[in-house]
Amino acid sequence: MMSFVSYLVNGLSLGSIYALIALGYTMVYGIAKMLNFAHGDIIMVGGYAALITMATTWCPVWLAIVIAVVVCTVLGVVIEKVAYKPLRGAPPLAVLITAIGVSYLLQNIALLTQTANPRTFTSIAAGAPPFLLVFEGKAPLFFTAAADSPYGDLKPVLTISMETFLAIVVSIVIMVMLTLFINKTKAGKAMLACAEDKGAAQLMGINVNGTITLTFAIGSALAAVAAVLMCSTYPQITPYTGSMPGIKAFVAAVFGGIGSIPGAMIGGVLLGVIEQLSKAYISSQLSDAIVFLVLIVVLVVRPTGIMGKKINEKV
Amino acid sequence: MSMLEIEELEVYYGAINAIKGISFNVEQGEVIALIGANGAGKTTILHTMTGLVAAKHGSIRFNGKELTKTPAHKIVSMGMAHVPEGRRVFAQLSVYENLMLGAYTRKDKAEINESIEHVYERFPRLKERQNQLAGTLSGGEQQMLAMGRALMSKPSIILMDEPSMGLSPLYVSEIFDIIQEINKSGTTVLLVEQNAKKALSIANRAYVLETGNIALSGDAHELMDNEQVKKAYLGE
Repeated sequence: MMSFVSYLVNGLSLGSIYALIALGYTMVYGIAKMLNFAHGDIIMVGGYAALITMATTWCPVWLAIVIAVVVCTVLGVVIEKVAYKPLRGAPPLAVLITAIGVSYLLQNIALLTQTANPRTFTSIAAGAPPFLLVFEGKAPLFFTAAADSPYGDLKPVLTISMETFLAIVVSIVIMVMLTLFINKTKAGKAMLACAEDKGAAQLMGINVNGTITLTFAIGSALAAVAAVLMCSTYPQITPYTGSMPGIKAFVAAVFGGIGSIPGAMIGGVLLGVIEQLSKAYISSQLSDAIVFLVLIVVLVVRPTGIMGKKINEKV
Repeated sequence: MSMLEIEELEVYYGAINAIKGISFNVEQGEVIALIGANGAGKTTILHTMTGLVAAKHGSIRFNGKELTKTPAHKIVSMGMAHVPEGRRVFAQLSVYENLMLGAYTRKDKAEINESIEHVYERFPRLKERQNQLAGTLSGGEQQMLAMGRALMSKPSIILMDEPSMGLSPLYVSEIFDIIQEINKSGTTVLLVEQNAKKALSIANRAYVLETGNIALSGDAHELMDNEQVKKAYLGE
């Protein structure tokens, strides 16, 4: 039973990271109507940015995270300006191929400057004690495994690492903030308006290009946070680190209903849980295959995804 | 100086010349109708004014300012609102949110709330449905929402593209009554319509468009009696 809870918590943690990445995919798709396949590689850049800054002695962890966020935000905005904006109005296939090109460009720049050798990522929570669950009599007790803990000699039934815990908490906080931003602020409403009808949004006085830039900036900032959380949980980084999580987050976005923000959150979390549980109970080699199988099943049964909806417009 | 002066305007869609060098003007306080068949270029003219389509030649001066060189999103705050063809309300947002987006370029919260009250007074049905998603409204209600949304920017001129399209005759009369009310309260109206009879009945002056050119123009009531107009557009 407790091992199930443990897999579930790990799944929630991984899923929260997928959700953060999926939000970038789904927001950009919703507003720019394009699949930004370079999104996964922005994660990789964020990971390296954090790794390199943390390796310097003067840089505290929080500043390394801020730098990673800034680097990714700027990168996302520059990619949009240089590679995608000139293609606005071009056939979707041209934009898609450009995105794949940008993805390879980022990977190869990383190969050139960082080499293909995997590097060890120092967790942002390095040295922090895990959370332990013990039963003393019948009452469950949660505590961190600090050295002077009075429960130190009881055998914990559940251990949750600080990284796992942080991924879940940080993702929840970010998702709540993002939801508030979208639904409560003027800029958020402008994003919703652009997602639905750019022409009509322009007639309202909304700067559509500015809104698209903002969307790329937010999506890339979220990717940077996801990068730091992911590399802390799985402490290794290569130039290809972003591609698999990127594709899985894309699956999560489609799973939840591409273009839907709550859909990306639900899709991401579900995908993480499915992946961890299949690793635990079915086969760790097959877990990725199972994730993609889920996508196929969802697309067959419910092509619009869990939260995706079609609104029939009245003419 | 007229409020709106269009001179030698030419618009192309790729190689197709949609607007072939037309000129007209709109005076403060008028209702001007642009009538003509499908494909005559009526909608294109409105789209060029509010920057959704770029002009190739010619000028559009609004209160002396050149619109063809102004980015689309800056035109609303100059006092020009556009109610687009097919309403184009934001279906997945509520009625209230749609109206608030109409006031996107305005800052003063108290004044915006005042405008919303005005819109609700003019369209009581929108008030009843303020929390409903716009996509669930009937066609006529969506038209009212699109008009209310345009009024939220406090425009000095309002461009209306086919407001009667797809509406029941009862709604059509109601919409035209409202257009007249809006005009009486001081807003200039440029009305594009296929329903020429209705449009001419409320307009001061009208321009008849044929394949990118102005074929006829003049006093709306005189045009109503014009044999050519009667034959081609009024079905008499």
